[in-house]
Amino acid sequence: MESSLFFGLSTMAYILAMVVYITYIGFRKKAIGVSATGLTVFGFAAQTLAILLRWKEFYQMSGLGLLRSIPLTNLYESLVFFVWCLILGYLIVEFRYKNRSFGAFVTPVAALALLFISLSGMSTQIEPLVPALQSNWLLAHVTLSFISYSAFALSFSTGLMYLVVTTKRGEGAYMFWTVTLGVFGAVLLAMVIDFIRFKGAGLAPGSEAFIKNFLFKSTYKNGETSVRLLSYLATILIVFVTWRYGGALKKIIEGFKLQPATLDEITYKSVAIGFPIFTLGSLIFGAIWANQAWGVYWSWDPKETWSLITWFIYAFYLHARFLRGWRGHKISMVAVMGFVAVIFTYLGVNLLLSGLHSYGSQ
Amino acid sequence: MASKSNSISDKVWSFFSSIKLAIAIFALIGLTSIVGTVIEQQASYETNIRVLYHLVGRGLAPSAYRVLDALGFMNMYRSWWFLSLLVLFAVNLLVCSIDRFPAIWRIMHAPIKPLGAEKMMKMPIKAEFRLHVAPAAVESTALAGMKSAGFKAARHEEGDGAVELYAQKHAWSRAGVYLTHLSILIILAGAVAGILFGFKAMLNLPEGYSTNVVFSRSADLSDQEENSIRASLMGALDSAGGDIARAAQAANEDPAAFKKSMEQAGLIPLDFQVSCQQFQVQYYGQTDMPKAYRSLLTVIDHGKPVVSKWVEVNHPLKYKGVMFYQSSYGLVDDLSNGIAVLSVKPPDGQQAETERLKIGQSFQIPGTQETVRLAEFNPALAFDDSGKPITYSQMMTNPAVRVEITDGKGPGVSKWIAQRYPETWRLPDGSTVGLQDFWGVQYTGLQVRKDPGVWIVYLGCITLALGLVVAFFMSHKKIWIRIEPEQKRKGTRLMIAATSNKNRPAFERAVEKLALELEKGGK
Repeated sequence: MESSLFFGLSTMAYILAMVVYITYIGFRKKAIGVSATGLTVFGFAAQTLAILLRWKEFYQMSGLGLLRSIPLTNLYESLVFFVWCLILGYLIVEFRYKNRSFGAFVTPVAALALLFISLSGMSTQIEPLVPALQSNWLLAHVTLSFISYSAFALSFSTGLMYLVVTTKRGEGAYMFWTVTLGVFGAVLLAMVIDFIRFKGAGLAPGSEAFIKNFLFKSTYKNGETSVRLLSYLATILIVFVTWRYGGALKKIIEGFKLQPATLDEITYKSVAIGFPIFTLGSLIFGAIWANQAWGVYWSWDPKETWSLITWFIYAFYLHARFLRGWRGHKISMVAVMGFVAVIFTYLGVNLLLSGLHSYGSQ
Repeated sequence: MASKSNSISDKVWSFFSSIKLAIAIFALIGLTSIVGTVIEQQASYETNIRVLYHLVGRGLAPSAYRVLDALGFMNMYRSWWFLSLLVLFAVNLLVCSIDRFPAIWRIMHAPIKPLGAEKMMKMPIKAEFRLHVAPAAVESTALAGMKSAGFKAARHEEGDGAVELYAQKHAWSRAGVYLTHLSILIILAGAVAGILFGFKAMLNLPEGYSTNVVFSRSADLSDQEENSIRASLMGALDSAGGDIARAAQAANEDPAAFKKSMEQAGLIPLDFQVSCQQFQVQYYGQTDMPKAYRSLLTVIDHGKPVVSKWVEVNHPLKYKGVMFYQSSYGLVDDLSNGIAVLSVKPPDGQQAETERLKIGQSFQIPGTQETVRLAEFNPALAFDDSGKPITYSQMMTNPAVRVEITDGKGPGVSKWIAQRYPETWRLPDGSTVGLQDFWGVQYTGLQVRKDPGVWIVYLGCITLALGLVVAFFMSHKKIWIRIEPEQKRKGTRLMIAATSNKNRPAFERAVEKLALELEKGGK
């Protein structure tokens, strides 16, 4: 597989870019900033090439026609595409706002997602398509969905940064972001432990076995009540530590020299771009496709329902902003909650609930 | 919004137009929907009790189940309270839009007026500079610039010779958000039309069978009742050859009443017959992962076949508003009536011939003394460690027939022939017997739907997309350019003011460009 070489290159480039962006924030030397951008652009180019190569491989293997062979059919491929959209969105923001500091926040997300792929032993094989996925709507529905997810991811990070920079302990909004971040961290840690145990078990890679037998089994879903209790206590502890030392994070992000007003604006703009694309690509195209494949445009399956919940949250964001003039803490919290719903729609439904959609678990 | 009037209708109106109600409905729909994604909908007791074991523990699960069941959470998206929430949502959306629309309508239709220097400098986007060019020349450049930016300028001249050019565009874009609201109502109306005038049903149709009845879930019968009523009705129908009028007559019933009792048992009669001629599965290489599966369906209307179509996933068949979707497939219980379709090629390389025969039948290979007898059929042939044939799956994943070949002398040879493995088709004497199909043992699983509301829903989707584009990517823009002659310096004082209701920075850049052109033109 020639595409894997370029995937490797892009992962390396994003990890290096992350290091250089963080160095840049420390030293504020233009040369460092330029090289960080250069690395990101290089990683992006390599990733673009890799996706195109994989598309070609899939096309040659499946014999399904070019448009139906887009490599967006399993968790691995969709994560890669998500990272690609995120980096593209970030490069646009960097160019428009002439501010590199933000890269120190985005490249780690990209690098983490790609590392998550290689650590998890997620299946990177090109898999044959089940008949329901053999549709031209796949291209339109999935690409637009992920473009909107990436726009929402941007609004999440700027919204969160806004909260970190502008809140103090004792405020409700401070409580909100520290708890959100703490729970995020704890869940991520639990998953890392599961990965390590999964790797240790020496089973064949493949996300299905992992999700079924390992996910949260060493922590929240452990057979022993004491372990479960301990996991929840540890989560509370992590949340408490985030709450207690949230000020340190504030100092770091203040170093980015981003104006809160700029953060608020980027949050709004990302939502304003993501929302119509999400409505069209995820909800409308998804409904049309479902109607073609199963004869129902809406069946209240968990994936659809969670998409609708996500849609409601962002619709709320827009109405609160336009009709009630919400700004600052309140509106940023809504943006953060919106992305939590996005993550649940994308991963949670597959990992924790069942549905008609195939990627993730089947 | 909240008027001071105290009449009851005003109170009701302000209740439904309040943003607080909207938030409450959003939150209620969202939160209850979450419960509906955790509890598996319309699932068995065992499925959901297991879910509840995980969530609340073994002790509490049965009582939690009872509470949730009583509240309708086991089929919540069709429960009265969830549907009421959706109705409330629609009413709130409608009332909110009607409440706000007149004001927006007035803004959309208000003519733009000259502003005057003082007010211009209070606008969000503004610029001012002096040029050494006569006002008339500046005015013509400004007019050209406004025209190329898409503005049709009006002109106002004051007594002192000052000229103001002003224009607005895309005032109608303010209606975009109301178009999205209207679209959501259209979509909901389409959904209601589908529920009232359509149906959702299933049909498992074996190869070679035809029917004019499809099956849906009956609302108020238990499984047992449903099965027994269905069996008796289907029996009556079958003995009447599928003719509802005759079946009703035989049962001494009015045809309408007979139809009604069918519908109550979840049996939906169609105005025509549908038959499954053939069903095929194609696999990825030698794996058991299906690449495609399809059924050849024929519609028989008034005794005559009218349409034949290969139906596959994503490619349904439509007839008289009824859609047939390929959704699943499987093996029928009784495999003894299947027919093997064999292509036979004698050893001398003659043209292949097709033989169709049942288990136990035999045929002779042309030009030889050899007789081939079909001994048994295995839908998913595999061999265990001791070499004994087994059936490894519930599907027809590896159809194979065992044949016994004899030439009249000596003992015969027994051999398995598998459809997916042409290397098993060669007989010892050099002739080939290929298994093309084992017909009549698979059924095709079809979803059968009638939804006259789907076009209303699609219309709503289109207007929703249009409304979103207008609401998010277009804005109501206004621009004023004021040209004042400056007597002292024989030049011109130029002022530009502009505003837009959305995405102001982008419009600001466009205005800056225009200002730059005017400045250049004036040097």
